[in-house]
Amino acid sequence: MMNGHSRGSVLLRHEVGLHARPSVKLTKLAKSFQSRIDLGLSAEGPWIDAKSIVKVMAAKAPKDTELHFRAEGDDAADAVAALVGLVERDFDDGD
Amino acid sequence: MTGPDANANVGIVIVSHSPDVARGTADMVRQMVGDEVPLAWCGGNPDGGLGTSVPAILDAIDRAWSERGVAILVDLGGAETNSEMAIEMLPEERQGRVLLCNAPIVEGAVMAGTEASAGSTLEEVRRTAEELRPA
Repeated sequence: MMNGHSRGSVLLRHEVGLHARPSVKLTKLAKSFQSRIDLGLSAEGPWIDAKSIVKVMAAKAPKDTELHFRAEGDDAADAVAALVGLVERDFDDGD
Repeated sequence: MTGPDANANVGIVIVSHSPDVARGTADMVRQMVGDEVPLAWCGGNPDGGLGTSVPAILDAIDRAWSERGVAILVDLGGAETNSEMAIEMLPEERQGRVLLCNAPIVEGAVMAGTEASAGSTLEEVRRTAEELRPA
């Protein structure tokens, strides 16, 4: 099978940034994909493992950060699309 | 209380001297992680005071039991020694499938729960809980 590479970015609009609950949602979603997925706070990195709840939470990304995702694997494109979608939907935190 | 596929994931047990702390910690795991992780808590002594008891811990392990194993988060000294004692008293077929995490109880439980929700192994769940260090 061909390995895919995919990248995407999205503006973090969540009022308190990538705090505990959004971090858990992002990590859980990332873990549902086979691909290796990295999260970067800039297009040049540094990159952290998007499947590591400890690292994602420690990144403490504030509101208005441009979040970058890069994935490598068979479901790379789906993974990036799903993660960008989660951040765009403000982590489904409406209720 | 647990989701349909809960037993595909490692279970989490929370042991605090205070039932309020244990219940509150479990609430955080439920609300932040979801219900796909088997979860149980215990805290307080039989007289209603602060403390932990081996039978209560054994009961909590039973409620959170998963064939994938169970990770225990504790607060202070007695919670740890009583949990170790409870692990020693488990039936032979459950020995080695219950681990104590050396992590802060609240943060460790959320980290462990997040890792467990992804179907990770018991060892991975413990590693993630213990990876957390104060910033």
